[in-house]
Amino acid sequence: MADKPKDVLFNPIFNNNPIALQVLGICSALAVTTKLSTSVVMALAVTFTMVCSNAAVSLIRKQIPGSIRIIVQMTIIASLVILVDQTLKAFAYDISKQMSVFVGLIITNCIVMGRAEAFAMKNSVGMSMLDGLGNAMGYNVILIGVGFFRELFGSGTLFGITVLPLVKNGGWYQANGLMLLSPSAFFIIGIFIWLIRAWKPAQVEQEN
Amino acid sequence: MPRDSISHTFVVAGALCVVCSVLVSAAAVGLRPKQEANKILDKRKNIVAVAELEDPNKTIDEIFSERIESKIIDLETGEFVDESVVDPTEYDQVEASKDPARSIDIPSREDIAGIGRREKYSFVYIVRGDDGSPEQYVLPVNGKGLWSTLYGFMSLDSDGKTIRGLTFYQHGETPGLGGEVDNPDWKAQWPGKKAFGPDGNVMIEVLKGKVVEADPKSQYQVDGLSGATITAKGVSQLVRFWLGENGFGPFLDKHLHGNAG
Repeated sequence: MADKPKDVLFNPIFNNNPIALQVLGICSALAVTTKLSTSVVMALAVTFTMVCSNAAVSLIRKQIPGSIRIIVQMTIIASLVILVDQTLKAFAYDISKQMSVFVGLIITNCIVMGRAEAFAMKNSVGMSMLDGLGNAMGYNVILIGVGFFRELFGSGTLFGITVLPLVKNGGWYQANGLMLLSPSAFFIIGIFIWLIRAWKPAQVEQEN
Repeated sequence: MPRDSISHTFVVAGALCVVCSVLVSAAAVGLRPKQEANKILDKRKNIVAVAELEDPNKTIDEIFSERIESKIIDLETGEFVDESVVDPTEYDQVEASKDPARSIDIPSREDIAGIGRREKYSFVYIVRGDDGSPEQYVLPVNGKGLWSTLYGFMSLDSDGKTIRGLTFYQHGETPGLGGEVDNPDWKAQWPGKKAFGPDGNVMIEVLKGKVVEADPKSQYQVDGLSGATITAKGVSQLVRFWLGENGFGPFLDKHLHGNAG
């Protein structure tokens, strides 16, 4: 396990990316990435949840009985996600309406609980927060990347601003409808994984 | 107390539950007024948008209070209902439509909008002109699309026959296909279309494909949505349902169609 704070923070971005290497948490990466704005809000929500849940779990890690540790982590994560959801409904109503249930589904995001169980249960509060931040960044890079390509090629816009004028609005770009459907996120994530493994061949899995 | 003893487990579980529930309930209670205000503002924004009353110099609330009056009607009789029976400031129409005590069952043969049950009372938003006379009537509508129930508002001219606008504020249709019901270009076709034929039958429909302008029926027709046949059909059916006998038909007959001749 990486022990230097810098490694804890930066390793999950490319060397040990939770989506690209561990292939965790891709369910939400499919659902909220049709637009950049929802991707960014999702990224912020996940970052907040991961940093706080890792900190909270780490803070009480010496008190948590082994028999109920998963339920304890789940309760902490669920409470934090409800906080995020309520806050979005109060302050960013339009976006929260578009994201509907997917904010709530951060609870089931395997990355959040995976890091609480694998890292925060064994490390100090500061390191756990860095680990949460690092892994959230790794998730965010992929999420925002997927959102960027899906909105650009699916709707010809970025953050709702027209970049590629669409044929139906009198421009030249024929929108790719597939990009607006969930399977396109699989293709884009697959391409990301391919690129990262071409760049860092150590991540390629050995054949049996 | 050792960490894995039963008593310690109970203490940790209990303490965690108390802390988390305090946090969650504080957030829910503390943010509720703001969330409710957002919901009302969102609804008003949609009503103002469908009636095309937007004015960059005024807030939505200003426009709403100056021009729009919220009334409740009994859908079956078409009569306005007194505030002592249903209070417009408290009435939640979407909730009422799911409550067996406050809604009626629509026989499946007549249920072209696919909604199953319909609330007994509905809002009608009357848009008044500068002289105070009614200019438009904004009616809440809903019905099944492909994946979801679409919720929206339709605005009718005071003649009770001409559509002034249609907009949806909530749906879960496929982005880029059925989701194009939100496309401003598509929505721009609705204003000016005639909802009823000369004999008073509901004529408006969403076609599969494009409207042929030369066709005399084109005044009752709106282009389909390519790649979204079922959503387009759903929109067509829900508009027809709400204009018909089980929807606002009685209200329109009593209050609008008479005086327009």
